[in-house]
Amino acid sequence: MTTATPSAPTNKLGFTKQDYVGSKSTLCAGCGHDSITAQIINAAFESNIEGHRVTKYSGIGCSSKTPAYFINQGWGFNSVHGRMPSIATGASLANRQLINIGVSGDGDSMSIGMGQFVHAVRRNIPMIYIIEDNGVYGLTKGQFSATADKGSFLKTGAKNELPPIDPCTLAIELGCGFVARCFSGNPKQMNTILKAAFAYEGTVVLDIISPCVTFNNHDASTRSYKHVKDHDFPLHDLGFIQYSEVEDVDIAAGETEVVTFPDGSKVAIKAIHEHYDPTDRFGAMKAIHESMEKGEFLTGLLYINPIQPPLPQVLNLVDEPLASLGEDMLKPSAAELDKIMQSLM
Amino acid sequence: MTASLAAPSPTQGAKTRINDFSIQVATVNGSGSQTANTVLLRAIFQMGVFVSGKNLFPSNIAGLPTWFTIRASAKGYVARKASNEMLILMNPETAKEDIAKADVGALVIYDEPLQLDKLRSDLAYIPVPFQKLVTASCPEPKLHKLVKNMIYVGVASRLLGIDMEEVKKAIAKQLKGKTKAIELNQNACVAGYDWAMENLPDQDHVKVVRDNKTQGLIIVDGNEACALGALFAGVTVVGWYPITPASSLVETFIEYADEYRKDPKTGKSTVAIVQMEDELASAGVVLAAGWAGARSMTSTAGPGVSLMSEFIGLGYYVEAPGVFFNVARTGPSTGLPTRTQQSDVELCAKCSHGDTQHINLYPGNMEECFQFSYDAFDLAERFQTPIFVVTDLDLGMQNWSSKPFAYPAKPYDRGKVLNQQQLAEAKDWGRYKDVDGDGICYRSLPGTPGGKGAYFTRGSGHNEYAQYSEKPEDYVAIVDRLKRKYETAKTHVPAPVFRNLGSDKGILAFGSSDPAVIEAQDVLAEAGLKTDYLRLRALPFTAEVDAFVQEKQVVYVVEQNRDGQMANLFRETYPALATKFKSVLHYNGYAIDAKCIVDQINAFEQK
Ligand SMILES: Cc1ncc(C[n+]2csc(CCOP(=O)(O)OP(=O)(O)O)c2C)c(N)n1
Ligand code: SF4
Ligand SMILES: [Mg+2]
Repeated sequence: MTTATPSAPTNKLGFTKQDYVGSKSTLCAGCGHDSITAQIINAAFESNIEGHRVTKYSGIGCSSKTPAYFINQGWGFNSVHGRMPSIATGASLANRQLINIGVSGDGDSMSIGMGQFVHAVRRNIPMIYIIEDNGVYGLTKGQFSATADKGSFLKTGAKNELPPIDPCTLAIELGCGFVARCFSGNPKQMNTILKAAFAYEGTVVLDIISPCVTFNNHDASTRSYKHVKDHDFPLHDLGFIQYSEVEDVDIAAGETEVVTFPDGSKVAIKAIHEHYDPTDRFGAMKAIHESMEKGEFLTGLLYINPIQPPLPQVLNLVDEPLASLGEDMLKPSAAELDKIMQSLM
Repeated sequence: MTASLAAPSPTQGAKTRINDFSIQVATVNGSGSQTANTVLLRAIFQMGVFVSGKNLFPSNIAGLPTWFTIRASAKGYVARKASNEMLILMNPETAKEDIAKADVGALVIYDEPLQLDKLRSDLAYIPVPFQKLVTASCPEPKLHKLVKNMIYVGVASRLLGIDMEEVKKAIAKQLKGKTKAIELNQNACVAGYDWAMENLPDQDHVKVVRDNKTQGLIIVDGNEACALGALFAGVTVVGWYPITPASSLVETFIEYADEYRKDPKTGKSTVAIVQMEDELASAGVVLAAGWAGARSMTSTAGPGVSLMSEFIGLGYYVEAPGVFFNVARTGPSTGLPTRTQQSDVELCAKCSHGDTQHINLYPGNMEECFQFSYDAFDLAERFQTPIFVVTDLDLGMQNWSSKPFAYPAKPYDRGKVLNQQQLAEAKDWGRYKDVDGDGICYRSLPGTPGGKGAYFTRGSGHNEYAQYSEKPEDYVAIVDRLKRKYETAKTHVPAPVFRNLGSDKGILAFGSSDPAVIEAQDVLAEAGLKTDYLRLRALPFTAEVDAFVQEKQVVYVVEQNRDGQMANLFRETYPALATKFKSVLHYNGYAIDAKCIVDQINAFEQK
């Protein structure tokens, strides 16, 4: 482990924040994606994540480049456009002990990769699935993506006439047990949600509105920093308490709702605007739809159901990583082959 | 009741064909005839006679015509034979056409009301009152349709001289433990047998005579053999998507995994099997699982490989292992999904965009389906790359007799993987550094503790340390090393097998063409044309293949596709020898037969 400065604070594993960084970003200065990377680093540091257990997956896009920019101690797999979910599926089955982080874009997940997104969520793959959502294809220079708002404009003046696909309501519809929306301009909220996400066992879908400063930050855009800031409605003040700290923390009674994870970690939710119950699936859907009609972004923990078995559990896999099983566990004996041969005679 | 067989028959006087004939059964798909046909095949097998079966089924669940051919051969020829000595016609839709195509002198068993006996005078007719016999033998009307087929098994058994006890045993074997069904089917069979005994005179056209050729042999299809190979190879992650003719490979694997891949202590599973949303996703699962250290596989056919091809290129370039079974069918597109072909040769050799070359294994019989499937996992991990095991519908879904599989005692080769300690000790490790000069680098697995060995896998340009790079020299160094790695594979893949009769004329074939080539070689030799035969078993071409094509004056490349795809690979690899390679082709969807090979080679020779 490397130490950034002699005085740098360490987490419970003895790592400094510097131990959670990656290579230098090559994205445009001011790109929302970089703010997300920064919060992944913070949350992993604060959550005492073992870096060597982290695997980072992505498709193709500016957003999909970012796994190279955090947690160098973990393994990365930058795959092909829109197919990150199947990569996460395969690796998470091969080794149940990995901490899986998938980073994708709105183009990567809601257009070319829609099929894989839908099925990964349906299978409840144990992973944090981040969509860095800027409403355009950054890497191919600014074409509309499928999350672009109806009536929004490109820099060229082209108007989007088609309705957007919303990853959050879609994820809730598909049975996802942890769905949140954040804004890359609100680091505190992102940080809390990411920490809660690290403690969750199944698929976490995080749609993070992340402005593209180069292609979609103009006045007529609905994904510019200014527009999103003006239309961002944080639902609640969130607190996350990791299981190891639960003893030490008092959660104020009253308006605070507490959701407890199977490992004992807790999310404390204090409503800001109106009463919003993130454990009510149908209520959540209704509220999100209503806000979208008004052109607002409801941000925060949109839906949570802490007890949903992830795929390796559904498949009743052995606890040990499949990748480390030896020949003794895997190869049937000569007598067993003989028995099979007898049955074919 | 008199059968027209009693009348003077065109077959009279001809030599009896003992243990050397083909039967074709025409039925309607979904009528349960598969069971009846397999019972007939098994019964002949139990009589000690070499036998093979080909199911020519339609792409349909029920209602369309289907044919099943059974070939008995004392000499052990198991390829499809173009002519049939006995026909069993149960399908009114096709009966007239079947009669028109029948070979002179064939015995024709048919459903009496079809009144086929006026159509041709050069056949021997055996009308059978199926409905009457069914009604008498089976009390439950709703089962009549199913057991009706067993009546023809009884009739044919009596005519051929098959022991009824063997037939009964075959039924019990086929219907494993379903007591009531066994009894019902056996009764129907006996009814057919007894009726034939009373009403039909003996025939001397075709006969089964007890032999001892099949003692100790098994009957199996290639998909099951491959599934068993994967089971013993210890596959731990399977991502797949159903497609004919590949589905039964994974489906059979699932059945075996239920029994053999549970941790005895906890009852938990040691293999993850996921039916994915499509083949592209299956390929992602396979490569990522391989990357993470599992033994992984999928099973598909041509359309699936096409869909997977973007990922296969990634797997090749980032060097992720995985086993890809392609049970080929007749393409392009949906083509003839229930018919066989070897038309994905070029697809699997070079699958994906950019410069790609893949290791391909071509098993040619059941033992090889088992062994090569086992070996494929070793090769995948040794070479850190996608491996194709290419079979076809004929190997994969038809019944073949085989020696029992030998236990694969060779321990698994998990390839060049560095563990925590090795990583700690390694000096200047780079994921893509060719330390040993064989083109194969050392990898690390995600999750390895110790803070060493993490790297970033990317489909974009990278250098020896897996860092992003667009430098021309870095790119060239990587792709040239990949080519070196492919060269190394030449000494690791199965070498060809030879059947040399002593000639400078070569025949080269692979996979399911083998039995037809052997038979064709004998027919040609009897007529005075000797050939040497090389059966190719893998890509890349090994030194033995090289020597063969250099030596021979002509190489007849036998394959089951229109374009001579394998011959093309040879012409490309040996441009100076290009004119040596002559294509002998068969691509109508039926399994290749010896006659078509003999005819085409003779035509070339007469030029
Ligand atoms: C099969 C394929 N088609 C097209 C592309 C080109 N391509 C690269 S990135 C991209 C869009 C990325 O958009 P998004 O996921 O929103 O990421 P962003 O750059 O906006 O973060 C496209 C179309 C590709 N790499 N692969
Ligand atoms: S083009 Fe847009 S999305 Fe891509 S790096 Fe620049 S700002 Fe970010
Ligand atoms: Mg985008």
